[in-house]
Amino acid sequence: MGLARAIQPLPLPPLADSRPKPTATASSLFLGSTRTLRPSNTFARTHTRTRSISSAQRRSAVAANVSDVKLKPATNLLLTKEEALEVYEDMILGRVFEDMCAQMYYRGKMFGFVHLYNGQEAVSSGFIKLLKKEDSVVSTYRDHVHALSKGVPARAVMSELFGKTTGCCRGQGGSMHMFSSEYNVLGGFAFIGEGIPVATGAAFTSKYKREVLKEADCDHVTLAFFGDGTANNGQFFECLNMAALWKLPIIFVVENNLWAIGMSHLRATSDPEIWKKGPAFGMPGVHVDGMDVLKVREVAQEAIGRARRGEGPTLVECETYRFRGHSLADPDELRDPGDEKARYAARDPITQFKKHLIESKLANEAELKAIEKKIEEVVEEAVEFADASPAPSRSQLLENVFADPRGFGIGPDGRYRCEDPKFTEGTAQV
Amino acid sequence: MLGILRQKVGGATGLSSQGLGNHMLRLRPVTSALRNYSSATKEMTVRDALNSALDEEMAADPNVFVMGEEVGEYQGAYKITKGLLDKYGPERVVDTPITEAGFAGIGVGAAYHGLRPVIEFMTFNFSMQAIDHIINSAAKSNYMSAGKINVPIVFRGPNGPAAGVGAQHSQCYGGWYGSVPGLKVLVPYSSEDARGLLKSAIRDPDPVVFLENELLYGESFPVSAEVLDSSFCLPIGKAKIEREGKDVTITAFSKMVGYALKAAEILEKEGINAEVINLRSIRPLDRATINASVRKTNRLVTVEEGFPQHGIGAEICASVVEDSFGYLDAPVERIAGADVPTPYAANLERMAFPQIEDIVRAAKRVCYRSAPISATAS
Repeated sequence: MGLARAIQPLPLPPLADSRPKPTATASSLFLGSTRTLRPSNTFARTHTRTRSISSAQRRSAVAANVSDVKLKPATNLLLTKEEALEVYEDMILGRVFEDMCAQMYYRGKMFGFVHLYNGQEAVSSGFIKLLKKEDSVVSTYRDHVHALSKGVPARAVMSELFGKTTGCCRGQGGSMHMFSSEYNVLGGFAFIGEGIPVATGAAFTSKYKREVLKEADCDHVTLAFFGDGTANNGQFFECLNMAALWKLPIIFVVENNLWAIGMSHLRATSDPEIWKKGPAFGMPGVHVDGMDVLKVREVAQEAIGRARRGEGPTLVECETYRFRGHSLADPDELRDPGDEKARYAARDPITQFKKHLIESKLANEAELKAIEKKIEEVVEEAVEFADASPAPSRSQLLENVFADPRGFGIGPDGRYRCEDPKFTEGTAQV
Repeated sequence: MLGILRQKVGGATGLSSQGLGNHMLRLRPVTSALRNYSSATKEMTVRDALNSALDEEMAADPNVFVMGEEVGEYQGAYKITKGLLDKYGPERVVDTPITEAGFAGIGVGAAYHGLRPVIEFMTFNFSMQAIDHIINSAAKSNYMSAGKINVPIVFRGPNGPAAGVGAQHSQCYGGWYGSVPGLKVLVPYSSEDARGLLKSAIRDPDPVVFLENELLYGESFPVSAEVLDSSFCLPIGKAKIEREGKDVTITAFSKMVGYALKAAEILEKEGINAEVINLRSIRPLDRATINASVRKTNRLVTVEEGFPQHGIGAEICASVVEDSFGYLDAPVERIAGADVPTPYAANLERMAFPQIEDIVRAAKRVCYRSAPISATAS
């Protein structure tokens, strides 16, 4: 009942806090949080309509819903030099890798749908670089960079995109389906919303291990990445509910790049402020500038900390922008109301972070140049490696369909039937 | 409608006597001459055929509307709905959020009350998120309501393997939907099929699953003046004999019809005269045409891109075994996609789906010709 009461309509609050706030005030639970981006006129209109919930109200709703949660004040938000350079390197890797993918796609080295991450690097690097190897990441069809941030070597990802046996999925998965059990990248889901329940299941496992299997030190956290389009899909809501209900160690990371292919977020959703769905389900909801890796990292730190401490899930809406079309096949003719592309290009997360690093004397130009050079070499090497790697042998066609393939594609002598001379007699016979 | 005429003749021939097969042979040059002749008249892509069918049905009936992802402002993910938004407005060309379960169900609810929704799935793979409504709401309502609530809805979109898109975006749903009572399942190949079948589907009082093929959208086919007429419809449940032959029957649908026709050309050079049946409809399945053809040729090869087990080929084979067992001179050959999720790597992907050579080899096998076994994996 407490929950219901907290969400009852309250008197309209003053509108004061729709203006930018200093990030590090005690009034904000999530220090990187901002709610005043989206400069487009359309948004301003919607925002006026929907700002009946102030952050004060939001806080009260959150506080009521997770009243047993004690939020620790976030401390030491500054990056160490090593951390800063690690994050910078990761962002550069994401950008250079994706640019290379575009080149390789046009040269016919990779095929199908290739969705690039350019512009959104602050989200992947800001979140994933805070994870441990045991923590899990569940991604979408735009998954190359999430895999890279999580530690999957660039050559393994590139080789996968080339459809080679040395790829992280032996050429079987492809661009939209990156998996790595070693680095706990749990996919690459090509359908909207599909990854969210799977991510919630990974988080469920952490809790189960701790509570049922008595693995007291299991504090693994799961990040579920998805876009604004997914935030209108039922699986998202179903999992917000269960994650909050069972206090699962998961962070729902919405990469709101404002467009689902050619569908504007503002045209697809009744309330464009996705973060608000958190409090509606009894978990904190946070909006953050997804073009600012420092702010993303601050919010991520708090959210991951909450999850690790067993305090439950968080919904984080990162407002970001993709600098390329939905996929390399997208003519991308609809997105540019009011010079939108130029405005976001001016806020390139890498340029911004570089500027910050130099201004705050965390790094100098030469150090950053060295990183850029190193990454270019890494990506070049990845391409050479992928190019030189062998294509899958035909015996691979029937492998990995089952963990126990008895009865499927395996003859009585234990050999795969594709080794049988009759293999090519008709594909039905393999 | 030539196809249908020919098919009726073919049916009668096959069932009555083998002798008339020769008569069919003599018709063949006429057929190919016709094909050449019509290509000289007008060509139309499958995309334009679908687009014009939608356009005409929307113009003719204000109850028809289109709903789906990117159908409006983006003009369709594959441009099938191009121009419709401008013509009919956002109330009839409805862009939805990415909520297949939601909008498929909304379509069913609208159809309950007499509207005629055309629900576009960006690809049929995404229909899996809406399959509850396709099967439970759309297909079963007429039955559950004792015939009081029919559901005149069309679920359409590209189906079947695409190129290089991996396991989740590349598979055929013909067998899945083909097994559901209450659904009609259509599988156009050519522009004539696309126009005639889509118009019939929209006018049909029952739920129709309309499986297009992304790789055919850009292909051009000759179309006659009759096909271009706004009243043109094709009967649901009727196959078309695309090519007459006497030695072996090849059944196929969608993209595989083109492969089967190419295989038939190759076979012809080697003295095998193949009859190619374009199924057009998977449910109802035109058992009469298939069986008539098999009774004439005495040999059958089925071709599909879907998974082999419990597939279209299995159903056709059962039908022929039931109705024409005594006429078979060779075991039926079934060519299907491999029994694996679609691989990404190009060479594996090619191996996973039927190729023209596979059809040629199978046809030769059923005709007791030797087929050299290729050792290369493409």
